[in-house]
Amino acid sequence: MGQLIHRYRAAIPWLLMLPGLAWLAVFFVVPNVQMLLFSLSEGTLLTGFTTPPDTWSFDNFPGAVTRYSGNFVNSIVYGGLATILCFLIGYPLAYGIAFRGGRYKSLLLFLVIAPFFTSFLIRTISWRIILGNDGPFLGIIRDVLGLVPDNFSVIGTPLAVVGGLTYEFLPFMVLPLYVSLEKVDRRLVEAAQDLYAGPWRRGGAITGALLGGFLAVALQVGLGYSQFVGETATPGLVALAALVGATAGGLVGASMVSQAFLRVTLPLSLPGVFAGSILTFIPSIGDYVNAHLLGSPKTQMIGNVIQGRFLEQNDYPTAAALAFILMAAILVAIFVYARVLGTEELSGGRA
Amino acid sequence: MSDGRDLFPEERESIRDDRHLIGPDQGSSRAPAAGEPLLDSLPAASVGSSAGAVVAGADMAIRIATRPSSGQRVRSAWSRWSLPIFTAGAITYLMVPIVVMIAFSFNKPAGKFNFVWNQFSLDAWANPLGRPGLSDALWTSLVVAAIATLIATTLGTLIALALVRYTFRGRGGTNLFIFIPMATPEIVLGASLLSLFVASASQEPFKSVVPAGLFYPLGFNTILIAHVMFNISYVVITVKARIQGFDRNLEEAAMDLGANEWVTFWKVTFPMIRPGIIAAALLAFSLSIDDFIITNFTSGLVNTFPVWIWGTIRNNLPPQVHVIGTAIFLIAVSAVVLSTVLSARGQRRVPAPR
Repeated sequence: MGQLIHRYRAAIPWLLMLPGLAWLAVFFVVPNVQMLLFSLSEGTLLTGFTTPPDTWSFDNFPGAVTRYSGNFVNSIVYGGLATILCFLIGYPLAYGIAFRGGRYKSLLLFLVIAPFFTSFLIRTISWRIILGNDGPFLGIIRDVLGLVPDNFSVIGTPLAVVGGLTYEFLPFMVLPLYVSLEKVDRRLVEAAQDLYAGPWRRGGAITGALLGGFLAVALQVGLGYSQFVGETATPGLVALAALVGATAGGLVGASMVSQAFLRVTLPLSLPGVFAGSILTFIPSIGDYVNAHLLGSPKTQMIGNVIQGRFLEQNDYPTAAALAFILMAAILVAIFVYARVLGTEELSGGRA
Repeated sequence: MSDGRDLFPEERESIRDDRHLIGPDQGSSRAPAAGEPLLDSLPAASVGSSAGAVVAGADMAIRIATRPSSGQRVRSAWSRWSLPIFTAGAITYLMVPIVVMIAFSFNKPAGKFNFVWNQFSLDAWANPLGRPGLSDALWTSLVVAAIATLIATTLGTLIALALVRYTFRGRGGTNLFIFIPMATPEIVLGASLLSLFVASASQEPFKSVVPAGLFYPLGFNTILIAHVMFNISYVVITVKARIQGFDRNLEEAAMDLGANEWVTFWKVTFPMIRPGIIAAALLAFSLSIDDFIITNFTSGLVNTFPVWIWGTIRNNLPPQVHVIGTAIFLIAVSAVVLSTVLSARGQRRVPAPR
């Protein structure tokens, strides 16, 4: 009898979890198994599929990689740049809210998540309006300031795609950073200052300015392809970007960076850095909306290919193989990153 | 505080020891899950309630951050204002597309695409649903979001209760299993569900197991299934964060006073975790109503509002899109403001003695 009651009590958590876990098993695990089968199959939706065990066409994988390597590179580069940009914008923002927000803290946090209250597609459409050839951005840069030639455009360039991704996923970076910065014990910062960890304004300003300037130039030259270098290259724009980047970086660096920051605050916020960059990188590397609405055929990411192969060409084997390669790439990236940052706790399964 | 520091050297030592105790390594091992901090801050209710808890440290933070530097006024002003200015700039950047959306809902586009400002007009607001298929799509979005929220919140809350309240073998593994769907790119979730749904009509063993018409052709059922699936993990993590901070003694007290487990749950446990459940439901609803990437793979010929936009933008982009977007934004913002005000009022009322 006692044994029976003991058994019954042990079963309670599993009974509670059963419906939810069953849903995830049937609609998350099984679909991935089926997709794995499709990735080893031959045929299309129209002709029907020959699946394992009748055929094992492992060739789908190397075939997909060689054929779409350019799109993989685009995804990794754009996703990675968007993540770095989100970090550079998001860290000072989260720091500002956490340490200097005062009584406006909850209002500021609300404003950070406010973009989520509109549709993802409409936000991206807004960027298309802003960056468009007749939009306000070029209206200022080109028509008022005359910094770029008349045939200059932003839409269709990698810069537009990266900009869209950065905007889209910035809140995903800011919120975990904010939470981890908020947890930093202010007494530790104070203790560090009491122990003569002085300000490092000049160093902070110089580092920030160099970083900001370098980033601005790298974005222009590295991403612009023919739009920014070559015949339509304008030293004026590159110089302006460098100036803006350096000023912004210097301002932020000077006020944020101190020995106490470098030795106490930054290390303690690393879990937030980790969580934020994962939450930014994963969705941005698999995104296809920004590349579709803001990019050009040259800037298609791997998400665009997967979407097109599945929904337009009905070429499930190739598309499924691509989806698995994307998953594998992300897992490897997370693993390496966790090693580098020394944060191995991914699941948060703290007891 | 700095005046007192030489009076209490022992205290200073202990603070310094603290720093060693909570060094980077220990700090990161107590790290929140990748999704957890985000979800903790996302829903409206938690923004309001966490604000009160965190304001406590603000005073000290401001003093630290604005500590004057040996009389160098210019530099001190610079360091005092640069961060607030940057913060304001970044917030403005986040707001710009929303402002553009609202502005362009009042535009009368010259051509088929509402991409360029032409002329102020109230036409689209006077006729917000006046596009073929738009009202159906909007209705589908609302119904799917409502049902998916209900199912996912129920299933997710049960899992969260089990994970926090019981110690059992396999708990760590379950936590990881719950986390994996959130770490999977949406496009992979959508593509794999599409694979299953298509296979249910053509491949064994699904063909003989799944009733015909349930998963294929794609439509309302498959959209709903997908939305429940991706919402469960978010609900679990949001509710879990709430239950973890809650006082078990109250339940034990109720049991000591003779309540059975069922009564204890409804009278004590549920009222205390209700804010977490509401926050999770709000999150699930907004994730569901906004989802495009997964829905695009599982919707077939049925449209939700985002899928309808994606379809229409090939040929035209009517200002009605911006009108509906603005309306959804305004409703969501007022709901959040209202719930924050109400919860603030509720919090004020509870501790006040009669």
